[in-house]
Amino acid sequence: MASEEPLFDPSLKKRKKKAVAFIEDPLGAEADPTTPAPTSIDNHTTNGDAVDLGPTTLHEQFKQNQNGDAGDDQPADEVKEDDNFKAMFPEGLKKKKKKKDIPMDLADEGSGTATPVSAPTASEDLDFSDIKKKKKSTKKKAMEDFEKELNDAKAKDDVEENDGDDGEHLNDIDEADLGDDPFAHGAPTGVDAGTEPWLSSDRDYTYSELLQRFYASLHASNPSLLTSTGKRYTIAPPQILREGNKRSIFANVADICKRMHRQPEHVIQFLFAEMGTTGSVDGAGRLVIKGRFQPKQVENVLRRYIVEYVTCKTCKSPDTLLTKENRIFFMSCESCGSRRSVNAIKSGFQAQVGRRKQ
Amino acid sequence: MSVQNLNAFDPFADGGDPLAADQDVGSQQNYLHIRIQQRNGRKTLTTLQGLPKEYDPKKLLKAFKKEFACNGTLVDDEEMGQVIQLQGDQRTKIATFLTEEGIPKSTIKIHGF
Repeated sequence: MASEEPLFDPSLKKRKKKAVAFIEDPLGAEADPTTPAPTSIDNHTTNGDAVDLGPTTLHEQFKQNQNGDAGDDQPADEVKEDDNFKAMFPEGLKKKKKKKDIPMDLADEGSGTATPVSAPTASEDLDFSDIKKKKKSTKKKAMEDFEKELNDAKAKDDVEENDGDDGEHLNDIDEADLGDDPFAHGAPTGVDAGTEPWLSSDRDYTYSELLQRFYASLHASNPSLLTSTGKRYTIAPPQILREGNKRSIFANVADICKRMHRQPEHVIQFLFAEMGTTGSVDGAGRLVIKGRFQPKQVENVLRRYIVEYVTCKTCKSPDTLLTKENRIFFMSCESCGSRRSVNAIKSGFQAQVGRRKQ
Repeated sequence: MSVQNLNAFDPFADGGDPLAADQDVGSQQNYLHIRIQQRNGRKTLTTLQGLPKEYDPKKLLKAFKKEFACNGTLVDDEEMGQVIQLQGDQRTKIATFLTEEGIPKSTIKIHGF
């Protein structure tokens, strides 16, 4: 990777704005390794805003709640860690630097998948410099929010203890307790324990309330559900190099395709259609894209590809197969067995740019 | 007295194949696509494709040009129909404009990086 840096540097100097941002960045690539980088990955900052990851399921929300309650003394980041897609590129944004310094990463906890091989480079760091700055403020906010949440959670716990409930935590409730008669403990095991809103009034309960109640009792009786499913889907961040002035090279496209278990042709077709460009694959298996692209931008497109063509819409597992039947692509999930057709890749209208012929 | 409501529609009439009218099932036919294309340098082009019939592209273009302070044009494409082209990256602006005009957000697809 070191050989690529001199390639990248000249172009860096040309783009003044980026360079300035890089210098101003308090946590540059060469930041002191002893000071831990901020660990918070927030939905919005890392993802940018372009990617619609779909609504989080109640299951995930519940999980987050659980983590927030359980990790009383853990950093705020722990709560935020849980989104699947955030972890998809664990080294992609600022996390990368941290990985280098501190091998034991919070985000990596409980992930059975191997971490991406590619070594982080300084050249990749620089494009995220402005993101880092943004993140600072959001992190502060996140901390405050978390503290508020914490206080709430504590207060709730206190209330529960006063009620003579076994108080501690949902995970601690014995399976045997609930095994025979789930309704005996039904009410007090909710997320807002004992406070089912419909109890006091004679109104009907809403769907979401009941769903929450269901998950509360489900997780109370199966504590392992919360811990065992923490498997992460990780993919190396795209390595984008500049070739000349007008072309970018996507170096590790083959590696990423292999990790996603997708044909490179399909991925490349999607990339070109989404980015509205053309390109080719060079001798070394790298993808040459016409136009200037930052790693962040390619990452956004890749995220969208993964949402659309890799993760199962039903169970969100990335363990899927893409097969073609009668000109239609079908995606079948290996873990839940669902099967659905996916959109064909269409590039749509291409405007005339550049010189007209004749 | 007969119940008027029930006369209007025969629920058992053969409706035919519900998908027959749809040319290609599962395609992106009814989506509004907002795309971006790189030009030379930092310049970009935004295209809006798949506008529903009830909107007049000409008037929309005029509103866009005024609102976003950019130039634009209407392009006729054999396959895609009329496409609005705007100068610069106006993707998010178009999306917010259209949602404010009452086009459901779920039918708008923003492409690009």
